Amino acid sequence: MMNSYETHEHDVIVIGAGGAGLRAAIEASAAGCTVALICKSLLGKAHTVMAEGGMAAAMANVDDRDGWKIHFADTMRGGQYLNNWRMAELHAQQAPDRVKELEAWGAVFDRTKDGRILQRNFGGHRYPRLAHVGDRTGLEMIRTLQDHGIHQGIDAYMEMTAHTLLQESGPGSRVTGVFGYDRELGRFRVWKAKSIVLATGGIGRAYAVTSNSWEYTGDGQALAYRAGADLLDMEFVQFHPTGMVWPPSVKGILVTEGVRGEGGVLRNKEGRRFMFDDIPDNYKNQTAKDEEEGWRYVTGDKNANRPPELLTRDHVARCINREVQAGRGSPHGGVFLDIAWIKERVPNAEAHIKKKLPSMYHQFMQLANLDITQVPMEVGPTTHYVMGGVRVDGETQMSTVPGLFAAGEVAAGLHGANRLGGNSLSDLVVFGKIAGEHAAKHAKSNGAARINDDQVEEAARRALAPFEKGAKGENPYIIQHDLQETMQANVGIVRTENAMVRALEDIQKLRARAANVGVPGNREYNPGWHTAIDLANLLCVAEAVTRSALDRPESRGAQFREDFPDKSDECSKFNILTRAAPDGSMRVVRQPVTPVRDDLKHIIEDQKK
Amino acid sequence: MPPVTFRITRGDKASTEFKDYTTNAGEGMVVLDCVHQIQSESAPDLACRWNCKAGKCGSCSAEVNGQPRLMCMTRMDMIDTSKPVTIEPLKAFPLIRDLVTDVSWNYKVKKSIKPFKPRPPDAPDGTWRMDQKDVDRVQEFRKCIECFLCQDVCHVLRDHHKHPEFAGPRHFVYAAALEMHPLDTEDRLGQMKNEGGIGYCNITKCCTKVCPEHITITDNAIIPLKERVVDEFYDPLTRLFRMFKGK
Repeated sequence: MMNSYETHEHDVIVIGAGGAGLRAAIEASAAGCTVALICKSLLGKAHTVMAEGGMAAAMANVDDRDGWKIHFADTMRGGQYLNNWRMAELHAQQAPDRVKELEAWGAVFDRTKDGRILQRNFGGHRYPRLAHVGDRTGLEMIRTLQDHGIHQGIDAYMEMTAHTLLQESGPGSRVTGVFGYDRELGRFRVWKAKSIVLATGGIGRAYAVTSNSWEYTGDGQALAYRAGADLLDMEFVQFHPTGMVWPPSVKGILVTEGVRGEGGVLRNKEGRRFMFDDIPDNYKNQTAKDEEEGWRYVTGDKNANRPPELLTRDHVARCINREVQAGRGSPHGGVFLDIAWIKERVPNAEAHIKKKLPSMYHQFMQLANLDITQVPMEVGPTTHYVMGGVRVDGETQMSTVPGLFAAGEVAAGLHGANRLGGNSLSDLVVFGKIAGEHAAKHAKSNGAARINDDQVEEAARRALAPFEKGAKGENPYIIQHDLQETMQANVGIVRTENAMVRALEDIQKLRARAANVGVPGNREYNPGWHTAIDLANLLCVAEAVTRSALDRPESRGAQFREDFPDKSDECSKFNILTRAAPDGSMRVVRQPVTPVRDDLKHIIEDQKK
Repeated sequence: MPPVTFRITRGDKASTEFKDYTTNAGEGMVVLDCVHQIQSESAPDLACRWNCKAGKCGSCSAEVNGQPRLMCMTRMDMIDTSKPVTIEPLKAFPLIRDLVTDVSWNYKVKKSIKPFKPRPPDAPDGTWRMDQKDVDRVQEFRKCIECFLCQDVCHVLRDHHKHPEFAGPRHFVYAAALEMHPLDTEDRLGQMKNEGGIGYCNITKCCTKVCPEHITITDNAIIPLKERVVDEFYDPLTRLFRMFKGK
């Protein structure tokens, strides 16, 4: 029996309405294309709202020594030189214009004394570089793009989920549209298009402790993978050093790096600022030698070096993990993050903290009953971001599948082995714009696509399978929970071959259980059904993360292998690709790193001095 | 904490009923955690919106024991659990299913408000200069997470169903943020007076009370907008002036 579906036709489809998706949609629309914006939630609720600290752009408003070359070198060093250097170059060059554009569209950033956009310090950035609005910069970005975007003739399809990418003739061929469903009534829909931009964000829900929302189920990565595209660098999952650890139900919720940028310090239960005990060689000459110098840095002394709390996230997360493992942690299994101490240094510290970190103040007051202007917070690492994702061309953001583009967290390349804080919001708008522009170009130079009904029928059959099993089938929430537990325990912040092999076995078993997943009720706004459908994506990205991590026998950036604790020269020479083999199994391929262009190599060397 | 019973609205626009679910509320749990637990234990198809679980996206608005709240920011130890805890959907909007309502009307209203229109840039590089003290009040309005609790609690919408002719507190805050934006050159006062129906607001301040972002909606946004509308349309001198100009 044919399943019925509603059909929509557009030049360009953008899947995901966070910063990257909205920016891509605005660009494609400006280029004269008809654009569909498909989002899993209501408009303006996407994960971008969670971004707190700011948006990195070398505008040099606060320190005139800054410039794109330094931002580029910082990004490459933070990514341990596995980045796509062309993307890192474009990002550093274009980010300032994207910030200014947001201001022209109504964003209201915090100001410098002379009325320009204020910039703050952040981990791994040599100079104050993050344009921000208190600690709610992501909200400002998404609202600005949303409020601008709704007047650009974009058709927004809210609370609809993309289930399968439709293609001309099987995996690897040109994309022709999207098959999906609306949450409200569970009706199937087909969106026909000439180009598709994936902007679906990350994979955090594959882990038990995460700062990510329910939407982050690796949809874009899995859609692309199944369509025959390459995934890149999937082993690099960023564990943000500071998530809440107590009470248990809020474990993982993000505590912005801005706390440290404003002078917050990390201490163990002995009161020691342990970050001073382990400073990597390549950051030694840019790190404060004592607490005094660190304080001078956060208060704007241009001759001071940054405190070690502002080293890159991978390093800080590992140091925290080490303290906890060594029994020097806080009562609930984290360490102390103290911003209240600044009252020793600044008058009106209480008001200052509330002004600079309002969301953090409220978050801790409401969820933990704790006043951060008076006492230290307890924090620990939380799954935050995936550097890996869909492999794209640096110039156009097109994947290895014709007509399929990716931008933002779902795409890989810019951040290499570790992302610097603040480089994500700028990533969204820089590459959202580029993806939108090239998706529009591709749409204009290619004729209308034809939908393959068999493919739609097959997708519909898979989507409805959980109803056949009904309440007797496996509970989707429990499978998701079990996957999160195994990924957290075995492919988390500290990895070993044995544990990861165990994770792979678990994933295979979970996949078998997922084949038997069942849900009661009907198709109307049924979260059990949605969870069941998302499982396939979570399992796909979990396997890609694990297989990639196994194939990198070294510790670099976000990946820490206890069985290979050092960096290896050999492993600095390749990125890892995962792709679907014709028999349906996942293949892992080592892809040699493209040599850095000479002029950029000079910039990197200059900045090492 | 002993097991807690929740009395949750189930059903769709055709009919609804309360159903009781009992679950254990652990230390520090919020109402949304309990709803999730109920979903995974006994009601997988219980419809509820949520995203960030950190009070930042404004998706999980509901009425908990009759109080409009974000479920993710309502700790169980704040509420009386000696009786069943009721969770109901927002009342000012049509029900879709269970705890999910159709809030699309809000998106239509926003789209009808004239967008931001900046003055020409102040500097040759295309940038502007604004003092922090001049953007403070706009930044307050821009904290809005669009949870629509203010809309839910406003009697003009909730009880009098003036949806077509009254924009509601959220959109007055939105319009105020634009009107008071130091760079903006557009005039939305006519819109607020006519299509927005700002005159219907009789300043009961219910919206301000429920705002999870603590935006002083009535005092800082609505009253100044009302004053501007009065100045523009009801001030005798301005009216006289307009009469002579033939407007």
